[in-house]
Amino acid sequence: MAEHQITLPLSDEVAEGLRAGDYAFLTGPVLTARDVAHKRMAETLAKGEPLPIDVRGEVIYYVGPTPPKPGQIIGSAGPTTAMRMDPFTIPLLEAGLKGAIGKGGRGPEVAKALQDYRAIYFLAVGGAGALLSRHIEAVEVVAYEDLGAEAMRRMQLNGFPVIVCNDVLGGDALLLGKAEWRRPD
Amino acid sequence: MREVHVDQIRDTVSRLCQEAACLLPEDVVGALETAREREQSPVAVKVLDQILDNAELARAEMLPLCQDTGTTIIFLDIGQDVHITGGDLRQALAEGVGAGYTEGFLRASIVDRPFSARTNTKDNTPPIVHTEIVPGESVRIQVMPKGGGCENMSRFTIMLPAAGKQGITDFLLQTVDESGGNPCPPIIAGVGVGGSAEHAMYMAKKALTRKIGDVNPDAEEAAFEAELLEAVNALGVGPQAIGGTQTALAIHMITHPTHVASLPVAVNLQCHSARLKEAVL
Repeated sequence: MAEHQITLPLSDEVAEGLRAGDYAFLTGPVLTARDVAHKRMAETLAKGEPLPIDVRGEVIYYVGPTPPKPGQIIGSAGPTTAMRMDPFTIPLLEAGLKGAIGKGGRGPEVAKALQDYRAIYFLAVGGAGALLSRHIEAVEVVAYEDLGAEAMRRMQLNGFPVIVCNDVLGGDALLLGKAEWRRPD
Repeated sequence: MREVHVDQIRDTVSRLCQEAACLLPEDVVGALETAREREQSPVAVKVLDQILDNAELARAEMLPLCQDTGTTIIFLDIGQDVHITGGDLRQALAEGVGAGYTEGFLRASIVDRPFSARTNTKDNTPPIVHTEIVPGESVRIQVMPKGGGCENMSRFTIMLPAAGKQGITDFLLQTVDESGGNPCPPIIAGVGVGGSAEHAMYMAKKALTRKIGDVNPDAEEAAFEAELLEAVNALGVGPQAIGGTQTALAIHMITHPTHVASLPVAVNLQCHSARLKEAVL
């Protein structure tokens, strides 16, 4: 299990060197979006219009945090189920998206598209939202402000722990992991 | 006849919502620690370390364990010798949830008009309330904030009676295997067997309120739960589906007599952040 310290934005060179099952710590800017923001972005791209924020070279974190308490930058902020973004992910990859962070696996079409577009899907630990919020240093809303908790945000990560799930060679950590640990009937 | 005022119920529900979101029950922490000791995959061990560190941080600083602070499920056992006074019980429960989520800075995740506008109700109301009338003169309130990721992986079927234990085993294994990382393993699986369609899923949910380590009082069911746990952990799904030996912390089953022609089976999965808090008034 290799470990990487990764500075974002995610460069082509770094992305090419990541392998499914590697452990990594992310430092730098990401965008956040979940269901409704994804639907809106996909509709905008389908109409041939520009997105409210350019996703070229970006990593999107699928998260809808709890409201910050007074004095907090952000509330608990763990990943949501990535599969729900699958129907909207391929157009974003076409638009230049370089990676995503979520929980759970991706469908075969998205896995193939990640390989084709040389992009990475990272897993963060679902249900570790309090801990993960400690690796988020700044947050600002950058688009779809009307969506509240689901608005798109710019987040600065610092040493944010993730596992490489889908790599540029088509490797999938969830399939590999299950094959390794499955016991026969 | 004992009187319980709705204000006391409202305030208790508010407190339980806030505590449940931040304080992982001791039995769940203990089960996660055991899983951490048993897990053989190194990367899965790192995942379990994060989950345990998260629980400790959340408890120490009263932070929500997870950003998904759930649908608020309330199990209410009302003693038949209790008279609830001072107003509308359902309204008091909703007000308690609204106050708890607002004052506790918990995420409001409930949307109205589910197949169209999907407008957020802003304070996580209304709760889902299950009421049972029981002997005695107290009111037991259990609050379960239930995450969307695991609830989405619920499954129900009515099998042919001949399917029996093997049919139930295959159905549970298929449900857990196909769910992968979505329900946030290591999970607890609630299994409801028998009754009617709606009662089977109620039992599956209710089974999640049993403490891990409390043995099913029915010996046959207890043995079946142990077999199912072994089989689920042989799937190799592992914590967060990264692969490993610890896919489930427990299997909890409730059964009910059923129609001669039917074998209803419901599965309700609970994530590792198995939040539950109760009070007795």
